[in-house]
Amino acid sequence: MTFFSSDISVLFEQPLFWLLLIFFACYYVGKSRALSLVNNQSRDLHSLPSYHGAYLGLWAVLPALGAWLIWVIVTPRIIENAVSSKFSDVLAALSLPQREAFLRDALALAFDGISSSTDKTRIAAGELVQQLSSQANLVLLIALTVMVVAGAVFAFSQITPAKRTRHVVERICMVALVAASGIAVLTTAGIVLSLVFESLAFFRKVPFLDFLFGLHWSPQGAFEAAGASEAELAEAAKRNGEVFGAIPLLAGTMLITAIAITVAAPIGLLAAIYLSDYASARVRGYAKPMLELLAGIPTVVYGFFAALTVAPFIRNFFDWLSIHTDEWFGFVIPASSESALAAGVVMGIMIIPFVSSLSDDVLNAVPQSLRDGSSGLGATKSETIRYVVLPAALPGIVSALILAISRAIGETMIVVMAAGLAANLTVNPLEAVTTVTVQIVTLLVGDQAFDSAKTLAAFALGLMLFCVTLALNIFALHVVNKYREQYD
Amino acid sequence: MSAEIKPKMRGEKVSVHYGDKQALFDVDLDVVDRQVTALIGPSGCGKSTFLRCLNRMNDTIDICNVDGHITLDGRDIYHKDVDVVELRARVGMVFQKPNPFPKSIFENVAYGPRIHGFVRHKDEFEEIVATSLQRAGLWEEVKDRLDAPGTGLSGGQQQRLCIARAIAVNPEVILMDEPCSALDPIATAKVEELIDELRTNYTIVIVTHSMQQAARVSQRTAFFHLGYLVEEGNTDDIFTSPTDPRTQDYITGRIG
Amino acid sequence: MTDTSFNTLQRTDIHTSEAARERLAKRYRKEAQFKYLGMGAVGVAVLFLSLLLFTVVLNAYKAFSYNYVNLPVTLNQSDIDPDQTGDLEVIGKANFGKIAKNSMKELLPFASGRKQRRALYGLMTSDLGIQVRQAVLDDPSLIGTTASIPVQLDDVADLYFKGDITPLRSIDVTGEVSTNGVEGTIEITSSSNDFAIIADAVSAHLKAEAARFELRVAAKERSKSRLQDQISEMGIRIDGASAGDVERLQNSLATLKSDFETASVQTERDIKKIAELNERISAAGSSEAVPSQIASFILKLNGGAVKVTSLAGDKIIGDVLIPLENGNPAAANQWSLVTLEKPEDNRKLSDRSIVWLDHLEKQGLVERKFNSVFFSAGASREPEQAGILGAIMGSIYTMVVTLLLSFPVGVGAAIYLEEFAPKNWVTKWIEVNINNLAAVPSIVFGLLGLAVFLNLFGLPRSAPLVGGMVLALMTLPTIIIASRAALRSVPPSIREAALGIGASRLQTVTHHVLPLAMPGILTGTILGMAQALGETAPLLMIGMVAFIVDIPGGPLDPATVLPVQIFMWADFPEPAFQQKTSAAILVLLAFLVIMNALAVVLRKRFERRW
Repeated sequence: MTFFSSDISVLFEQPLFWLLLIFFACYYVGKSRALSLVNNQSRDLHSLPSYHGAYLGLWAVLPALGAWLIWVIVTPRIIENAVSSKFSDVLAALSLPQREAFLRDALALAFDGISSSTDKTRIAAGELVQQLSSQANLVLLIALTVMVVAGAVFAFSQITPAKRTRHVVERICMVALVAASGIAVLTTAGIVLSLVFESLAFFRKVPFLDFLFGLHWSPQGAFEAAGASEAELAEAAKRNGEVFGAIPLLAGTMLITAIAITVAAPIGLLAAIYLSDYASARVRGYAKPMLELLAGIPTVVYGFFAALTVAPFIRNFFDWLSIHTDEWFGFVIPASSESALAAGVVMGIMIIPFVSSLSDDVLNAVPQSLRDGSSGLGATKSETIRYVVLPAALPGIVSALILAISRAIGETMIVVMAAGLAANLTVNPLEAVTTVTVQIVTLLVGDQAFDSAKTLAAFALGLMLFCVTLALNIFALHVVNKYREQYD
Repeated sequence: MSAEIKPKMRGEKVSVHYGDKQALFDVDLDVVDRQVTALIGPSGCGKSTFLRCLNRMNDTIDICNVDGHITLDGRDIYHKDVDVVELRARVGMVFQKPNPFPKSIFENVAYGPRIHGFVRHKDEFEEIVATSLQRAGLWEEVKDRLDAPGTGLSGGQQQRLCIARAIAVNPEVILMDEPCSALDPIATAKVEELIDELRTNYTIVIVTHSMQQAARVSQRTAFFHLGYLVEEGNTDDIFTSPTDPRTQDYITGRIG
Repeated sequence: MTDTSFNTLQRTDIHTSEAARERLAKRYRKEAQFKYLGMGAVGVAVLFLSLLLFTVVLNAYKAFSYNYVNLPVTLNQSDIDPDQTGDLEVIGKANFGKIAKNSMKELLPFASGRKQRRALYGLMTSDLGIQVRQAVLDDPSLIGTTASIPVQLDDVADLYFKGDITPLRSIDVTGEVSTNGVEGTIEITSSSNDFAIIADAVSAHLKAEAARFELRVAAKERSKSRLQDQISEMGIRIDGASAGDVERLQNSLATLKSDFETASVQTERDIKKIAELNERISAAGSSEAVPSQIASFILKLNGGAVKVTSLAGDKIIGDVLIPLENGNPAAANQWSLVTLEKPEDNRKLSDRSIVWLDHLEKQGLVERKFNSVFFSAGASREPEQAGILGAIMGSIYTMVVTLLLSFPVGVGAAIYLEEFAPKNWVTKWIEVNINNLAAVPSIVFGLLGLAVFLNLFGLPRSAPLVGGMVLALMTLPTIIIASRAALRSVPPSIREAALGIGASRLQTVTHHVLPLAMPGILTGTILGMAQALGETAPLLMIGMVAFIVDIPGGPLDPATVLPVQIFMWADFPEPAFQQKTSAAILVLLAFLVIMNALAVVLRKRFERRW
């Protein structure tokens, strides 16, 4: 909060800004120094003057930058620990969420002067935080200055015409590039680790098998152990095992996904076939961008469409139908206003372009010689497509559909806005069901202590989602690659 | 064999444009029934283009435009009443690169009869597949593995499978577009032998740029050069006493 | 190679016979069917798209304008700045709410009693005083005058003028009407049969009621006979039951009997009700109230307005909503009868409010303007004060953070993997990793942000900084994949040429390869950013869904973003918010269209074929 702020003038309080400024200054100094050493005859230098400049700049700034980053991450912990230990007697009486609230209040008091309560200990804690952080700021300032000066002086003394500064600078660049590719791996690692750790915490509160095979989901009935004794924990786990059963969510997800794929698969596939084999160039020129447009619309817009237009339509349609079925056959077809059908159909619309563009790729990968072979025997276009192209493209189409399914499973906004919250275990598309993603959102939106069974459950669901989609993706990509090789 | 020549197909003033570019210029050529006609010439001379006109395979290329008349048994195949599917059933085609469907050997051969619907029962299919494979000289090699995928055969076998596939439709004319260019000499010899046998039942037009092959398998030869039909006649005449100097140059290896 | 045994191949007319022609015709029918199927699929997709856009646009366009009342406000010096200091601070403290309300009272003086006054003030935005105050602060010279100050109408009143509250219908009248008063409850008679339409509407309502009761009676009768059957069956079972069961069965029997009783009582009540309704229907001419479940009828005559409350024969009795100027009879062209088609019970604006609004409009005070508030305000619970500027700023900060993080990292990673990385299992693994990351559901990135950025690093909730970081991780694979493709498309000859004249590998890349690949990289980046701009789910996880009134001033201020704002508004029940949601969607789509168009232009302009 001290490092970014709305006011431009505060920019000068920010170490990052100063470091950037120092870098450019040192760059200029280093460049001039190198040139002056050889009387502006840059050919006498081993490396270009700009490399000398960058060399000096990096020596001055990089160590300080590293130190600052460490400081940013470490200082809040230190302050927190200091506060916790100083006020340990007060904190001991509080539960964990209350302890967190206490620390939050102390921080808020220290920096903004706003807090939910104004009791004395909190104000004292706030003052302590303020004091500690101003000390920490001072330490930082001194440390950074020393590092910048030392680095700059050392590098300046190193600049000679023969110095291979290019190698040093390029090596640093390479390290930066490797680090950039490492971030992708770190992201995956971060996802896996955070999901796994939080899920493990969840499975300490709720038995794994109860979660995976439980038929009942109602997290509002979650139960927190009153104390830490063995018996109390076991009791809590038993009761939570009854309310955290994931099967209804899985069933709901599968129902909606099934509806979506039932809509998207035929439409997407047939559209791809029509556009690649039948449509004139003009029609293709209009229809393809339209499909791309469909793909570019944010999911929240689809969610709005589902909730505002499709769901009421479906409900009204079945209400109207019920009047007649009641009259003629004596039964009604009740449709929920949050029916799985509405969410599924709209999700299907969303993945039509996904299916059609993947199918298009796959169909185009079928070699022309096969089509020629078939039409050379007197097959009509549709016979060629049905009997030769589609069977040849089948593995690719299947994996395209699997990718589409994986997409539908992970889709969130449409179901959050159009599907229900009630975890019904049903296959009736006119009833409301809920999905894994809906429950993740529901469990995490709103203020809750982070380590309650409810928030942790969201991570367990997230892990499940991650594993399922990952497995589907790996499988589908594997099939696609194998299939590509076949015709290359 | 000049007096009893009866044209199965006849091209009159055939010109082909690909967009703005003209690929064939006023070609007049007769294809004689139950003989092998070889189309020879250097690369890009229009021989494949002419071949593809004979069963309207050029229709699949949007920018291709064909002028002039081509008749099959006296009927113009570019007439609007002529159905291209029927035409291709009567004028089959074998391509340069073997292109068996990714299906079983049996299904590859049965494909034509199945789509055209002139065979219905399982035993009829078995009969037609067996006969076609026999005629294509492949039967002995594959009769024990008809369910194996056609793509698993060797190159020469695949090409003979494609010929069997074409025969199974019972065409009157078979067009072959450099059928041996992707094959090794032994496989080539087998296919050439096969072409010679097929001549008793079918009219065959073959594009080749091997003059030896033309000399070996064909009775009549047409020489194309830069989109023009330079010379045509009995194979023996063309190779022994060409009238046009360009033909002379080509067969002696000076052009092409 | 003889084939004399085989007949099929001997037939020469196999492709030309009559049978062949029939087969061919059938095949062509199938061909056509298949083609139409494909055409239908494309048509359905396009239909869905049009339907979606149509729905959004239909809802959205109304939110771009708003109805204001040019309220004549009497700004007495003594009320605002009695000491004539001219100090804005003093002026700002004046009770403008009261001043504005007094002006409203002057404008519509016939509002009497607290309830009616509250309805009167309810016609205007709840920000009424603040808006007047702002106008005065902007121009203090208004003090001492009666100024015409534009203030917003309440959202429901605004919707009325946009035609979304009720359809209006004027009824042709032919007779001359006369009244027995100008205020309160009055009787009106017409020389012609002008009020028959009201009588018809009332009687239709009564008939519908009667029909509804009849259906209910029929249903009850059915359940009664079913209960009767069950009771007799239960009697038989009790006779044959063992001693242990008897008590249980007796209990069931008692329940059934009491159910039967209840049903009988209800049926009787309903039958009575039907009789009463039928009597009222047939007794035309007697007094009958106009219920609020049917359309309202408003009579306008002599400068006033009367709401029809009941019928008495050919007379009507009504409440005067705006007093009549005089009690003279009015000829057919001097009075009018208007129907508010939507029943008063089903709408949020009373008949009285509607009449008042019409009165304001007749005075030429209502003006429809461009809805600048929508583009200049942050979130609000009041629809008329809610805008998208806060969300747009949040989106901009978020996108800036995303771009600053994902572009250098993505391009760096792509350069390393494409140009420098040795082809070994490590790089292969990184590649697989990136491809899979591209397909991870976005909500999982939100979970990552929650667990790592918020809980582990302790970064603030709801901040664009964190949102940007999460979205950067999400777009990273897209940018890496696009950048690698762009780098790959630069031919090796360029690299060889640069290396051949002694450039280092890094120089080769930065001086030659990267500039040539840049259009492709930028295209990929823009598309990735467009995807990030429309993303909602991961931001919900890190608390960007909070209700934030202030417009964020930096990447650490709590904020929301455009798609999340859409998500929140979509949940609000007010119809005005539904329109705003659509309008916000249009704004979001406009941004996306611009970004995509930019990408297309970039691709077309700098596309290079090697």
